[in-house]
Amino acid sequence: MTERLLFDRIDEPGLATLPVYERRGGYGSLRKALAMTPEEVLKELEASNLRGRGGAGFQMGKKVSFLPHGSIEKYLVCNADESEPGTFKDRELMQKNPHMLLEGLIVASFAAGATRSFIYIRGEYAQQADVLDTALREAREAGYVGEDILGSGHSLSLVLHRGAGAYICGEETGLLDSLEGKRGNPRLKPPFPANQGLYQGPTLINNVETLSTVPSIIRLGGDEYAKLGTEQSTGTKLVSISGHVRRPGNYEIELGIPSREIIYGLAGGPDEGREVKCWFPGGSSSPVLTAADLDVPYDFESMAKAGSMLGSGAIIVVDDSTPILDVALKTAKFYRHESCGKCTPCREGTNWTVHMLERIDRGEATPMDLEIMASVQEHIIGHCLCVLGDAMAMPIGSMIAKFRDEFEAHIESRRLEAQAPAGAAA
Amino acid sequence: MSSSPATSRGWDKPADLEKDPATIPDPATTPVPEGLRKEIEAHMALYPDTRSAALPALAAAQRVHGWCSPEAIEQAACVMGVTPAELDAVVTFYDMLETEPVGTTSVYVCTNISCSLRGADALYAAMREAAGEDAAFNVRAFECLGACDIAPMASVDGVYVGPLEIEDVPRLLEDVRAGREVLPDKQLVRRACADTGARTDASAAGDASLGGDVGMGAGA
Repeated sequence: MTERLLFDRIDEPGLATLPVYERRGGYGSLRKALAMTPEEVLKELEASNLRGRGGAGFQMGKKVSFLPHGSIEKYLVCNADESEPGTFKDRELMQKNPHMLLEGLIVASFAAGATRSFIYIRGEYAQQADVLDTALREAREAGYVGEDILGSGHSLSLVLHRGAGAYICGEETGLLDSLEGKRGNPRLKPPFPANQGLYQGPTLINNVETLSTVPSIIRLGGDEYAKLGTEQSTGTKLVSISGHVRRPGNYEIELGIPSREIIYGLAGGPDEGREVKCWFPGGSSSPVLTAADLDVPYDFESMAKAGSMLGSGAIIVVDDSTPILDVALKTAKFYRHESCGKCTPCREGTNWTVHMLERIDRGEATPMDLEIMASVQEHIIGHCLCVLGDAMAMPIGSMIAKFRDEFEAHIESRRLEAQAPAGAAA
Repeated sequence: MSSSPATSRGWDKPADLEKDPATIPDPATTPVPEGLRKEIEAHMALYPDTRSAALPALAAAQRVHGWCSPEAIEQAACVMGVTPAELDAVVTFYDMLETEPVGTTSVYVCTNISCSLRGADALYAAMREAAGEDAAFNVRAFECLGACDIAPMASVDGVYVGPLEIEDVPRLLEDVRAGREVLPDKQLVRRACADTGARTDASAAGDASLGGDVGMGAGA
């Protein structure tokens, strides 16, 4: 059975409060870390091989090591702008165990030498922000946040910053601009945030789940943590599963288990008599997989090999009752709405993709439109400052490639319907 | 996103190029409610660069004025010492900041993929119809609200409720009108984790039949 590190007794009454968290050994990892040197803590993080849980899957320890050394003021920003469609794991973590996030964040700040930190939480998560606010007050009063934490000489300020509804603010440089009080437009990279981030200073940005995992790594030791999961995808991971399954929700799994075990075993699969038509393995930005891919192990490298990605760990299941056009249109409309408009391929590409999909639905499309649409997707990928455009192009491209017959049949049947004179049977 | 030029009652229109750009509002001639001023100043004090307080300042001004009206923006700009145009640019970028007058209670119905697979579009239509022109409500279709486990769902002034049936719509609106807690039995914060292996109660472990549907969980 999967060891629960993040979800260990997650529904224990009062876990969100400091006394219960401490009774369970909470902030023990912080004490342990503060007794070490920042370099030793960083070594543990590197040994754990923990990969970022926000979507990109970059090694956290490596990210910390990119920050410049010395006494320059450094920032730590926790990305709690969970907005990737299908993803809701950080929400449950913050709601039920906010101190685990705070503890991980403080340990990470110690390893990185950051003295100012911010949690950027999406504005819609008002209830979770209130929980964090209370937890932060408790942590401050107990001396876990502030000047000279537990006599270690390490100081940290922490501000909870509420967003106001924009998917793009989950992109790390868009988030930084938003945190600086501007429109959340992504920045040109390089320079990367590790060198020039918030207020032009060196900045470490980590996702909620990534930071929440840090206390477990310190407690177990990096090597011990790395024994969980697979060689390149270590540890446990929260998976948000939704759509056409009987038991949607968050589940903690050990990376590398077959996807079928998550979709059918944990979530119960689609309703009686229905089959999996396609599924997004890592949020709506990931290329869709089909029923043929259900036995692919759920980890970073296997998903990449299967032509998709683990992303944020959000599985959306679509059953055979849903036309693929509906899924494509919903996906494309979302990215059109959320495109910040800074880069032309994304702004225009998302818009024209929606128009072309709507044309299919109106019966005005020809099969050649599929070629044009596929080529639009190719022209978006890699041509923008951030990956929002790619995040539409990859799933749409995969739908056209994998469900071409259905698209063509849809085009034909809609065309015939549109041509039929009113009142006549087609 | 929902505003079209024909129906717009707000200010999000092309700029009048004949007019001089507005300057930083003069504190001597711009009255700002004392509570709002204090709140914005408290936010400004939290950041190395006071401009970072733009979002919390605008959210506070919107709470006072009901929407980001020109007056609300002018007051926030006055306290922050920036031009109204700098804040206009911020307001138009974010979905939760309103550029026209809206109903008092916001009801965001998620219509993104996971919710729409479970009937969100019909739910949204029913919500719009039932709320009608009632000024008590600001019913909006919203992108993924991060609660696909309770799809289809809605956020009522930040309180997440779901999974919603069409039959829940009148009850939801009635709760708001009466000033009651909204659909207490459907609130997300009262829900137990779907991962039965993570439960406190050891006997629940492995009992897949409980699933994510246990309703009132340990958080109640």
